[in-house]
Amino acid sequence: MFRLPALPITWRPSESARLIGRRLLKAIPLLLAVIIFNFVLLKMAPGDAADVLAGESAAGTPEYLAELRARFGLDRPVHEQLVSYVVKVAQLDLGYSFRHNQSVLELILGRLPATLLLMVTGLVVAVGVGTSLGVLAAQKVNSLRDNLISLFAMLAFATPVFWMGLMMIVLFSVHLGWLPSSGMESIAAGYSGLTRVLDIAHHMVMPVATLALFYVALYTRVMRASMLEVFNQDYVTTARAKGLSESRITWRHVLRNALLPLVTLLGVQMGTMLGGSVLVETVFSWPGLGRLAFEAVFQRDINLLLGILLLCSVVVILANIAVDLAYTKLDPRIRMS
Amino acid sequence: MKALKDFWRRFRRNRAALAGLVILLGVLVMALSATQLFPGNPWDMVAMPFVWPGQERELWLGSDMLGRDLASGLFHGARVSLLVGFAATLVAVLVGTTMGALAGYYRGWVDDLLMRITELFQTIPQFIFAIVVVAILTPSVQNVTLAIALVSWPSVARLVRGEFLALREREFVQASISIGMGDLRIIVTQILPNALGPIIVTGSLMVATAILTEAGLAFLGLGDPNIMSWGTIIGGGRDALRSAWYITAIPGFAIMLTVLALNLVGEGLNDALNPRLKSR
Repeated sequence: MFRLPALPITWRPSESARLIGRRLLKAIPLLLAVIIFNFVLLKMAPGDAADVLAGESAAGTPEYLAELRARFGLDRPVHEQLVSYVVKVAQLDLGYSFRHNQSVLELILGRLPATLLLMVTGLVVAVGVGTSLGVLAAQKVNSLRDNLISLFAMLAFATPVFWMGLMMIVLFSVHLGWLPSSGMESIAAGYSGLTRVLDIAHHMVMPVATLALFYVALYTRVMRASMLEVFNQDYVTTARAKGLSESRITWRHVLRNALLPLVTLLGVQMGTMLGGSVLVETVFSWPGLGRLAFEAVFQRDINLLLGILLLCSVVVILANIAVDLAYTKLDPRIRMS
Repeated sequence: MKALKDFWRRFRRNRAALAGLVILLGVLVMALSATQLFPGNPWDMVAMPFVWPGQERELWLGSDMLGRDLASGLFHGARVSLLVGFAATLVAVLVGTTMGALAGYYRGWVDDLLMRITELFQTIPQFIFAIVVVAILTPSVQNVTLAIALVSWPSVARLVRGEFLALREREFVQASISIGMGDLRIIVTQILPNALGPIIVTGSLMVATAILTEAGLAFLGLGDPNIMSWGTIIGGGRDALRSAWYITAIPGFAIMLTVLALNLVGEGLNDALNPRLKSR
């Protein structure tokens, strides 16, 4: 009789815990590279921290500048500066924003929740609507329904996000007066509890729709193609032969497998979505990271800008790990090595 | 010559791609005729502000909040969009192809190193990266082009690497190696021509993305301050959105049409250059 070898009775971390650990470990060199890259960009910027500070206090005597440079270590050789920069970033010290009179990390963390709220909601909407439209199109290929959905996806794919947002403001705020055109909540109204949540939701409708539109288009196209491919596989023919209903086959058997390419895309898209949120937040004056980046550009606050870039890269790395995990859950055949 | 005819026959079959090509040629004519039709500077104030389209005969698209001719801005803007879109894509395709070809052909540590660099560039959010680069280098057409190229090459590198990894194992490449052909010659004359189809298709779609990125940067005020771009007009028109939405609507529509046309042409190229995929 065939017997499995006895397993040693020791604590074993679960498959996913080990997977997360491995991926985090692999992310460290990448993160280090991102930090070094940031340092290179910082060095490329015209003027250093001493110039900025001297400009702020309008006391730019050469002695004062030299003193400032010595205090910040800017007079040391570049490789020493790089090491101290990496060490500082590793301690989560991203520097100080003289324009906002606040540390860069505090500033970013203060604005991050608003952006995450926008992005996560946008992503959920995009996946939900995009998947549904893709499935609806694939169910009846080349029908009127399919053609209309494909036409919509084609147009939405080509529309600049910020322009879409502005046109929505014209229609829904200026002409119809249904939706607020800027901000995250009516602060002056002093709402609390459920009314406040509803108020924020009301403010979110247009920014989320704007941010999601491009991804709805993308996911619709990907899902349609992916569904069509899976429909042709043998196991679907078997399911049909068993006499399963067409809708059960579509939603239970095909959809799950067709979702895989979409999950892969999600990880890649995290970065582009952060970029899109800069435009959307600028259009709707949404108080998030994107708006902060826009302000930093105009205040020539390169330090803050680089801090945002760094943090966004970290978000992308973490999102990619999450996607890998989701992948193994969706498709048990895939083992991450 | 016959190959070109075959290509055109297959491309023509896709009606939507033909329509896209016609639109794209229209935009090209706009760009080329801008200085002839609108010899003045598009920044010049030539009329009363806030003239709606169709209100005055000489200003068929109206004027903006400073009395600048919108039609002139639209024609001159077409030039910037196409120039930046195609130039940035060209640079990105050259860099990406070189990186991908070296990684896929030599494999081993070369592949490891180049793919790590590619991964680094793919981790940094593209649009924010472009903003940082333009902000640091100061906004100008060259720097905007450079920034867009800098964020777009990784996808080409990955694509080309994949093609090279697969093609390298084929008999005709092995034969070239065994008759002692040099590496550079194999890469350029043997493998590259066979990978050209997917590269061209990706390139045509990248032009569309580059035009969208340029418009986004200009909208944020990171365009060349001396050059009228579609994104610049939208950024300016935003302040007058409530009363004069046409200033924003017109250039945005132009961007949408151009990007749509490029996407359609890209799909047509895909059908024509990768016929095996189509027959599936």
